[in-house]
Amino acid sequence: MSARSTLRALPTLLRIGVSEAVAYRAEMFVWVLSTTMPLIMMALWTAVAREAPVGPYGSQDFVRYFLAAFVVRQLTGAWAAWMINYEVRQGTLAMRLLRPISPLWSYAAENIGAMPMRLFVVVPVAIFAVSTVGWKSVPETAWGWVFFLVSLFGAWLITFLVNVAIGTLSLYMESSTKLMDVWLALFFVCSGYLYPVDLFPPVWRTLIDWLPFRYQIGLPVELMTNAHGFGDALALLGRQWLWVGLLLVISLGLWNRGLKRFAAFGG
Amino acid sequence: MISVRDLRKHYQVHKRPPGLKAALRSVIHRTYTSVKAVDGISFEIKPGERVGFLGPNGAGKTTTLKVLSGLLHPSSGEVRVDGHVPRHREDAFLKKIMLVMGQKQQLLWDLPPAETFELNRAIYDVPRAQYKQTLDELVTLLELEELIGKPARQLSLGERMKCELAAALIHRPKVLFLDEPTIGLDVSMQATMRTFIKSYNERNGATLILTSHYMDDVAALCPRVIVIDKGLLSYDGGLDALVQRVRPEKRVVLRLNQAVAADSLAPLGKVVTHDNVTAVLQVPQDAVNATVSRALSSLPVQDLTVENAPLEEVMSELFAESKARREKVGA
Repeated sequence: MSARSTLRALPTLLRIGVSEAVAYRAEMFVWVLSTTMPLIMMALWTAVAREAPVGPYGSQDFVRYFLAAFVVRQLTGAWAAWMINYEVRQGTLAMRLLRPISPLWSYAAENIGAMPMRLFVVVPVAIFAVSTVGWKSVPETAWGWVFFLVSLFGAWLITFLVNVAIGTLSLYMESSTKLMDVWLALFFVCSGYLYPVDLFPPVWRTLIDWLPFRYQIGLPVELMTNAHGFGDALALLGRQWLWVGLLLVISLGLWNRGLKRFAAFGG
Repeated sequence: MISVRDLRKHYQVHKRPPGLKAALRSVIHRTYTSVKAVDGISFEIKPGERVGFLGPNGAGKTTTLKVLSGLLHPSSGEVRVDGHVPRHREDAFLKKIMLVMGQKQQLLWDLPPAETFELNRAIYDVPRAQYKQTLDELVTLLELEELIGKPARQLSLGERMKCELAAALIHRPKVLFLDEPTIGLDVSMQATMRTFIKSYNERNGATLILTSHYMDDVAALCPRVIVIDKGLLSYDGGLDALVQRVRPEKRVVLRLNQAVAADSLAPLGKVVTHDNVTAVLQVPQDAVNATVSRALSSLPVQDLTVENAPLEEVMSELFAESKARREKVGA
């Protein structure tokens, strides 16, 4: 589909995505509950930091960090890997492939369509953060807001494109959901979701800086909580978008080659 | 409109015997066999034709439709649909075709069909005025008014299928591939669908390929049939000619005023069925006139019709013939 036609169809795709998210509101609520790990970690780490700071983090810093982590996780969620796996195995991907628009746009719209519902959870948490630990819980400058929003979009893109790449592997193997489990395990450890990446030893920290996980959660959280100056923030954003570009090439390559193997089973 | 030359589609299928030992062995070493779903078929279809694509389960019908609609890449051969190579899946091609599968749905499950229609309008870039006109027509012809506002999951199978068909036609496709569109529907709903499909073909000049195990669908919609079996083409021609070839005999159906003995029917032809006041006789085509005259003069006939053998029987005989031929070649 041409870029112009895709852009014309996009508002309807997003509107349908929102309608579906509203229809699945109970499931959405359960998903939100399943992503409350940052709040549990917040309780744990603030207790640890009550005696003495852990690295650069005192109790208040941990509260700020993990409330931001909760917000970022809500706004960067994607589940296309499971959808693609299911649709490849059931053959229902066929119905999407018959349409003159890449199914990847539909998956993206369905994932983004859930965001407005999540704002009902995110906004009160952000207000609570500001009221309890002050305005440092949100960007303090105009460029800070711009960088934060760009990093949030970059984080979502990385998460979504990884989902697409791993989901697409189901066209090459029988199922790739276990690979997604492996990715998620690494994500929990290396992304800053369970603890700030600052707390890793320097050698590990260098490695993590070059892996994509930090740019899914850690970087947006750090930018939301004003952890970096302009120069450092820009450099980190550059790395994040390098990952976006790389994953775009990988996921589209896998997708286009994988479709030739699609067997459209079942009927 | 549709041109298929020596089309082949072979799959590699992993095979293993049942049991834990075989399952564990398959972790290390897998055996694959090649399945020839379609094995060198060729045919041409003209614009506006309605063609029945018939064959037993596993014959390769759906695989062929999926290749024609660009979902599957052929192993070899040449396929063109209105000048397009389907596997390239160009937008212009996808906007001209639609594949309706009775066992798959495109309706958004938790939303009303109206949302799917609107989504298709946006995706197929249908101008608003044309969309409104098409939708009004579809709603009237398929009697959808009460249905399009209910979530798809709350519709009955027949209601859902009517909405599926409407969703498939929002962009007015020139080529319609219908894969068992009436499966699971009751008799009256099947008739509604058939009438609608035929009128869509006639009003829009759309080309139509239909697969169905319901021979009533085929008889009502398809003057021409293509029969494939085990991936090979076994017949391509008129439906009547196929019946003539496989079952040249006619059926004389008699309704009688009073019961007659089987002995009095036997001289007229082969008795297919007989109860007290109805009898079905099978007679060679050139003996139909003589049989009818003799029946009228010798029996208390209230009503008499001459029919072809039921299409189900014709197809069943055709498939049995080709199976026997394959076994003979194999032996």
